Amino acid sequence: MTTTAPSPYQVDAAGYYGPFGGAYVPEMLYPNVEELRNNYLKIIEDAEFQREFTQLLTDYVGRPTPLFLAQRLSAEIGTTIYLKREDLCHTGAHKINNTIGQILVAQRLGKRRIVAETGAGQHGVATATVCALMGLECIVYMGEVDIERQRPNVDRMRMLGAKVVPAKSGSRTLKDATNEAMRHWISNPTDTHYIIGSVVGPHPYPDMVARFQSVISAEIIRQLLHQTGRATPDFLLACVGGGSNAAGAFYHYLDEPSVRLVAAEAAGQGIDTGHSAATTALGKPGILHGASTILMQTADGQVTEPYSISAGLDYPGIGPQHAQLFATGRADFMSITDKQALDAAFQLSRLEGIIPALETAHALACLPLIGAKKDDVVVVCLSGRGDKDLATYTKHLEEYA
Amino acid sequence: MNRLTQLFQRKTADVLNVYFTAGFPQLHDTVPVLQALQDAGADLVEIGMPYSDPVADGETIQRSNQQALDNGMTVATLFEQLHDIRQQGITVPILLMGYLNPVVQFGIERFCQQCQAVGVDGLILPDLPLEVYEREYRPLFAQYGLQVVFLVTPQTSPARVRQLDALADGFIYLVAAAGTTGAQTDMNADVDAYLRRTQALGLRNPTLVGFGISDAASFAAASRHTTGAIIGSAFIRLLQQAPADGRTAAIQEFVRGVRPH
Repeated sequence: MTTTAPSPYQVDAAGYYGPFGGAYVPEMLYPNVEELRNNYLKIIEDAEFQREFTQLLTDYVGRPTPLFLAQRLSAEIGTTIYLKREDLCHTGAHKINNTIGQILVAQRLGKRRIVAETGAGQHGVATATVCALMGLECIVYMGEVDIERQRPNVDRMRMLGAKVVPAKSGSRTLKDATNEAMRHWISNPTDTHYIIGSVVGPHPYPDMVARFQSVISAEIIRQLLHQTGRATPDFLLACVGGGSNAAGAFYHYLDEPSVRLVAAEAAGQGIDTGHSAATTALGKPGILHGASTILMQTADGQVTEPYSISAGLDYPGIGPQHAQLFATGRADFMSITDKQALDAAFQLSRLEGIIPALETAHALACLPLIGAKKDDVVVVCLSGRGDKDLATYTKHLEEYA
Repeated sequence: MNRLTQLFQRKTADVLNVYFTAGFPQLHDTVPVLQALQDAGADLVEIGMPYSDPVADGETIQRSNQQALDNGMTVATLFEQLHDIRQQGITVPILLMGYLNPVVQFGIERFCQQCQAVGVDGLILPDLPLEVYEREYRPLFAQYGLQVVFLVTPQTSPARVRQLDALADGFIYLVAAAGTTGAQTDMNADVDAYLRRTQALGLRNPTLVGFGISDAASFAAASRHTTGAIIGSAFIRLLQQAPADGRTAAIQEFVRGVRPH
């Protein structure tokens, strides 16, 4: 799995993925970002860090997560489907892989406070969890709209001792929570670390978060080899809001062209309805949250307010690495509507006894659309569990009776 | 000669720069507010191009940005509004301040051309990375006679301050304290020490202090070790509150109140 030439899909020395990436931050954030950029690789590659990170992933998060052959779903779709069970991680999603890594980085940088943004609340819960574990103060910004639709996660964060601050500006969702978290970091530049929850933001965040999430594809390689005798699937599916579970699931396969990478974006009510979060379908290159990437925007360069049934995908941009995967054609991006996601969520629940998160359901909804043949091996990153979405699912129970 | 250069040759202390958001409170208030600020004696004016996601700004300027966008303000509209100001007697130096994405979408060269055509003197683009400026933007700014202003904060290392000073040609914008615009900075001993420290670096550019400057006391404290200061959020609040027919008088009074001599 090694290449001699630098991968066109990994970050370069200047912090870019092709034309995407970089660190477009005001001077107020420059020292913080520079401190991180100068230290993150040194910290992460240190043997003691790796030992502690791996041990926490094993004993606290519960890794490795299983790779499960979903036989009834496979029969229904007509291909061979393996589910990478990130939903079985402690706190219920892949998000904690990153927060464990970043809290260890924050400690080594001597930070005492943590600020984070959250959409669905999974990253907020994962951040509050590691802050409790390490005894650090935790402040989580969450859009007012998301606080309403993801109530159980708000209460979990509070139970874990975090302060949840409503983001009241703009669309009052993930984009605005990110703005508020950045403003908080600007106002608290020396003692605070900002744990970004996805592969977004200024360099080095997209690379750092992808490295922490890359444990997902490292495990898939081993598990797939053990179960099928081959290390590479034919298809690898993941949902993309900012794109952290996809970045982790794709990581070790980026330079394996035989693996078809599929990223599921939220089409909301449909890409032409004006109520959508399908960034690559609707966006164009620009700058969002400190990175050059693809984002949904007006002709005048104002960021468009996205919409999705899924709070975790309700974001107008994607990580810069995903922008590069899209621009180069390395990954296929599919737009999945709210309805398709709901269908897929109920299908998985009824066929396999697994209730997926709404975000994850978008990746599952791609299964009938990718043209996989019976003997093709398809891996879906089952990024999170659906407990947090029960209020939304309950509204649709009658339709699926 | 660039109007900013002329200003700083003529005036080396107590320079007052006032910020306001284009298209605020009403879409076509941009030029009347600019005229009133010139008449009131502001030394230079910074016109903010509204943006949906202004991360370096506090609530007051965020709201003015949103209101301007709701009014229909765009970069193209701003250039239409400003197209003949230099023929209509506006002589005050003008800076455009804004986040990078709307500028990039407008097209950077076209943006610079338009700036020169309407008589803009300089630019503040807080999220423009220095290396991108050096590589791509600097030749364009020079070609169209636009000076560039860089921000410095109390956390900026002396080496980087010097690097920014070497590349800036308008002035250095000293952010008074860690925070977003409109924060209630008290001009305490820490701020004073930071301004003294910066003064001791002997920068080649003039220095103006911003963030938390709102009245005569903070203006005087900020100007003690610098070329002057910048007022933004406090002026936006004035624009929010002043009735349309009393606005010119209110702006006169505001500027006189900040710099009472």
